[in-house]
Amino acid sequence: MNAKLEFRDVSRGRALQARLDRAMARANRDVTVMHVCGSHEQAIARYGLRARFPANLHVKMGPGCPVCVTDAPEIDACVALAERGLRILTYGDMVRVPGRAKSLEDARAAGARVEVIYAATQAAELAAATNEPVIFFATGFETTAVPTAAVLLRDPPLNLFVLSAHKWVPAAMEVVASSPDSRIEGYLAAGHAATITGCGIFEPFVEKHRRPVVVAGFEPLDILSGLVVLVEQILEGKAEVANAFPRCVTREGNRRALDALFRVFEMGDGEWRGIARVPLGDLRLRPEFAAHDATVRFAAELAAAPAVEPRADAAECRCGAIMTGQLQPTDCRHFGKGCRPDAPIGACMVSTEGACRIWYEHGSPS
Amino acid sequence: MCLGVPGRILEIDGSNAVVDFWGVRRRVSLDVVDEPVAAGDHVLVHVGFAIRRIAPEDLAETLAFFEAMTAEDLEGLRK
Ligand code: SF4
Repeated sequence: MNAKLEFRDVSRGRALQARLDRAMARANRDVTVMHVCGSHEQAIARYGLRARFPANLHVKMGPGCPVCVTDAPEIDACVALAERGLRILTYGDMVRVPGRAKSLEDARAAGARVEVIYAATQAAELAAATNEPVIFFATGFETTAVPTAAVLLRDPPLNLFVLSAHKWVPAAMEVVASSPDSRIEGYLAAGHAATITGCGIFEPFVEKHRRPVVVAGFEPLDILSGLVVLVEQILEGKAEVANAFPRCVTREGNRRALDALFRVFEMGDGEWRGIARVPLGDLRLRPEFAAHDATVRFAAELAAAPAVEPRADAAECRCGAIMTGQLQPTDCRHFGKGCRPDAPIGACMVSTEGACRIWYEHGSPS
Repeated sequence: MCLGVPGRILEIDGSNAVVDFWGVRRRVSLDVVDEPVAAGDHVLVHVGFAIRRIAPEDLAETLAFFEAMTAEDLEGLRK
């Protein structure tokens, strides 16, 4: 069975669309929902779904791009260590993201050692092959934090240090929902993150905010069916957690992965780039892992890092307002002009999961 | 970075597996997969780690879910 093809089946897609159209026509009012996942935006753009949504259904992008929410000072810290001559490993998307002034790529062009890895296990393998310190700049949400945790739990080489910029998505949804001017009536949550956390994690959120949360996968049919479930709940005045990605998500999630995550990390308040200080939104290494914590081992180097002079145009980047559903990429005056994937000003134009990059490459829906 | 990719396990060696992703083979860690897996199983993989065994009945469940969601509209289209 080729599951992939079935999840893109055109007639079923049309049928779901018809159902969405009917619901929104009956509603006869505007409805605004938000997805909290860069992969949802990619699929919406790639399959041209946005242009086909009913005109009165507004699907906003939330803080779902892990690269985009990594705070500029977190990148600055990594750049500072790279400029000290320390060897840095990180995921590909992070290399070109500007900090307040420079990116890791800028540091590399000036001679720093910055290498791209594809799997957290590579960090341990590369460290094992040398005696010098190796720093893994570990970024991303639950889905990448679990692999980082698993590496640290498996007797890692003593010269492996983790600079954690991992973040916990449910904490940011709380910030968006709590903002007084939020018009968001329901949320489409990321199926992959929920594979780990379980969809039960959203129950307190739904209880508190009286807004439905539907967990959805990333194929066009996943997204359309997730939207149908979400919109129907909203129009019926319901607020429940629904699982529209049952092939991967359970209520409890992956206990083994969550156990690894929380043995290694604890939550702390942290800045999400351009968005807000998110209470309990950052994942930090627990004190038991201090021996592998780059912020502990290189505390002196980080404290001695020269002050960063922010580049002037960075202040005009609207990524934060875009990721909280207030603006869209085309509202930024730099979009496609001063800011392009080959010359990004903000993180949203760098990452393949960033709203600006996705709209630039697929064309903005009219 | 956040992309999860489904693949099929070809062979298992301790806590690692060789997984086939539509023709591309990669070594994948089984350290945090949610339940025991065997060669032939489908898994969802994130940055080198299997995070879920996708049971055949789960695939079927999802298809049934689409079926239920679309049944009445498909009926409508056939008329
Ligand atoms: S177009 Fe560039 S500067 Fe404008 S919001 Fe997007 S990333 Fe920021």
